Amino acid sequence: MSTHAHGTQNFDKAKRATIKFSDEIMAQVQEIIKRYPTGKQKSALLPVLHIAQAEFGGWLSPETMDYVASILSIRPIEVYEVATFYTMFHTQPVGKCTFEVCQTSSCWLNGAEDIVRYIEKKLNIKVDETTKDGMFTLKTVECLGSCGTAPMLQCGASFHENLTFEKVDALIEKYRSENRLRSYTDLDYNNTL
Amino acid sequence: MGKKLLLHNDHVPNIHTYEVYRAHGGYASVEKALKTMTPDQVTDEVKKSGLRGRGGAGFPTGLKWSFLAKPEGVPRYLVCNADESEPGTFKDRYLMERHPHALVEGMITSSYALGAHTSYIYIRGEYFYVARILEQAIREAYAAGMLGKNILGTNYSLDLYVQVGGGAYICGEETALLESLEGKRGNPRIKPPFPAVAGLYGCPTVVNNVETIAAVAPIVNMGGEEYAKIGIGKSTGTKLISASGHINKPGVYEIELGVPVEEFIYSEAYCGGIRNGKKMKAVVAGGSSVPILPTELILKTAKGEPRLMTYESLADGGFQTGTMLGSGGFIVMDEDTSVVKNLFTFTRFYHHESCGQCSPCREGTGWMEKVMQKFIDGTANESDIDLLWDIQGKIEGKTICPLGDAAAWPVAAAIRHFKQEFIDIAKQKKFNDVKHYYRLNNLTEA
Ligand SMILES: Cc1cc2nc3c(=O)[nH]c(=O)nc-3n(C[C@H](O)[C@H](O)[C@H](O)COP(=O)(O)O)c2cc1C
Ligand code: SF4
Ligand code: FES
Repeated sequence: MSTHAHGTQNFDKAKRATIKFSDEIMAQVQEIIKRYPTGKQKSALLPVLHIAQAEFGGWLSPETMDYVASILSIRPIEVYEVATFYTMFHTQPVGKCTFEVCQTSSCWLNGAEDIVRYIEKKLNIKVDETTKDGMFTLKTVECLGSCGTAPMLQCGASFHENLTFEKVDALIEKYRSENRLRSYTDLDYNNTL
Repeated sequence: MGKKLLLHNDHVPNIHTYEVYRAHGGYASVEKALKTMTPDQVTDEVKKSGLRGRGGAGFPTGLKWSFLAKPEGVPRYLVCNADESEPGTFKDRYLMERHPHALVEGMITSSYALGAHTSYIYIRGEYFYVARILEQAIREAYAAGMLGKNILGTNYSLDLYVQVGGGAYICGEETALLESLEGKRGNPRIKPPFPAVAGLYGCPTVVNNVETIAAVAPIVNMGGEEYAKIGIGKSTGTKLISASGHINKPGVYEIELGVPVEEFIYSEAYCGGIRNGKKMKAVVAGGSSVPILPTELILKTAKGEPRLMTYESLADGGFQTGTMLGSGGFIVMDEDTSVVKNLFTFTRFYHHESCGQCSPCREGTGWMEKVMQKFIDGTANESDIDLLWDIQGKIEGKTICPLGDAAAWPVAAAIRHFKQEFIDIAKQKKFNDVKHYYRLNNLTEA
């Protein structure tokens, strides 16, 4: 797939035309821009990128980033440099559900490595890979503030804590049957698993 | 158990809602400050309280507020640092998730003191769901007339917004946070100018941690002098400690500063001792950045005095034999833990999180991770210990922001106190990872 480094002229015009927020989302974006002083609309970049990522397939394609730049009246490069700096923005396609397993100290002390290996085996992928059906991506991340309920993983807006292999099984089952994109912006963050 | 000022209503159902929070005395500080005190009087109470920044550095909050420049006609900002990404730290999440109004109340009272009319809570992106909880609390506060125009009928007005980050530890550093809030990469700025003079959009800005801001409400309610009576010496008030690792009761505890470390670890009121009847080996007392200490030195200072949970006592002995209270991220390790492997997770973390602006940090953190990887692979030589020592020394104090120091200190401390572990691995050419994963060790799958 393309990366942010592509020249604008290479983009697929047809694809670009499909990248457009609905009126409802656009209203949300306008509300966000109002939080900042006049002329400081660039401050809305991170929040708007989160929304764009959730709206356009779970990742930020060059077309999506250009679209965000046009909405905020900033140059595309200002979007690319931000999108590539922060770990939550994916500039490559990912699965519908991205499992982000914390691997830092407290989680490691509580078996995070075993969780990672278990998921790798179960989904038949390695870290940073996506299952063939495009359902799951596995990533390792750094401390997510669940050290007291370690080990943990984040998927979309939900934190799954005190993980066991059984919990991982149940999660995979549940997400597979629901078969939808999980985003950080999801409202149903109250998880029972 | 000691006095609680932040989590005293932890047991109250629905304390996250405005009605319940208000019915339990919430927003009293807003009423008192806006109706009966001048902004400077609020700042004076904070000064008298001795409150020190709870984000890690422990800088006196009242003093920081008094540095805020107040040029005519220029807006001033209060920005709450809810980036909480220091490994081992989860107290701000706990407070915001369960007591969102405690932060909103603190933001209003503090913004009033500083003369800010627009304030932001910058929260790490991974805490998106916590941002939703805060936004709900903010909506309720607007509806109740605690935010917006002419709060409680006074002529003070304030708008409060939540801003989500994008996943980057460095955005917890206050100037990187401001860059990020301006929609840029989180590259720390060179200081001076300090945010108090030129912060958000170049305007005077105060950046404070979640817990610091929440503490302002009880300080205004009880008065700074009363608050200062809690704690010991210059460590006044209460502190949230995030306890994790091999303890029986991991979680967030509000302690009166001054509780003995030994009591904190072993008492049923707090961590409840070491899991599975094991012995304790080491503690990282204030988040990943502070020096790790072996059991002898965390329980007692080098002089043999009991170590207390205060800024001063934990730092007693400097880095030779002491550590820091830091962010209050208290990670306990049992006798089976490999300090080398724990350090490896830290070096990987700092390498991942370096923003890359300064060569010593960008290159040094990468090197340290590589050398630590050799220890994990069992291919390290004894000379690699000297190499690590050398690299960390070349980062410390030579960078734009303190992330460089934060990456160097854990390496130095692990070698200082646990050198034999490194030597053993280098000698045996083998790294034995002990299975201390209690929850999972009966599962052979992995
Ligand atoms: C690399 C780095 C990360 C930091 N992360 C945080 C953080 O997540 N939360 C926080 O409150 N302070 C953090 N700080 C400290 C802030 O720069 C700043 O000192 C603090 O927000 C000031 O608030 P306080 O005085 O209320 O503690 C960090 C500092 C550095 C150098
Ligand atoms: S010390 Fe590291 S994180 Fe801080 S500014 Fe320099 S490179 Fe960036
Ligand atoms: S170490 Fe994994 S959540 Fe903190």
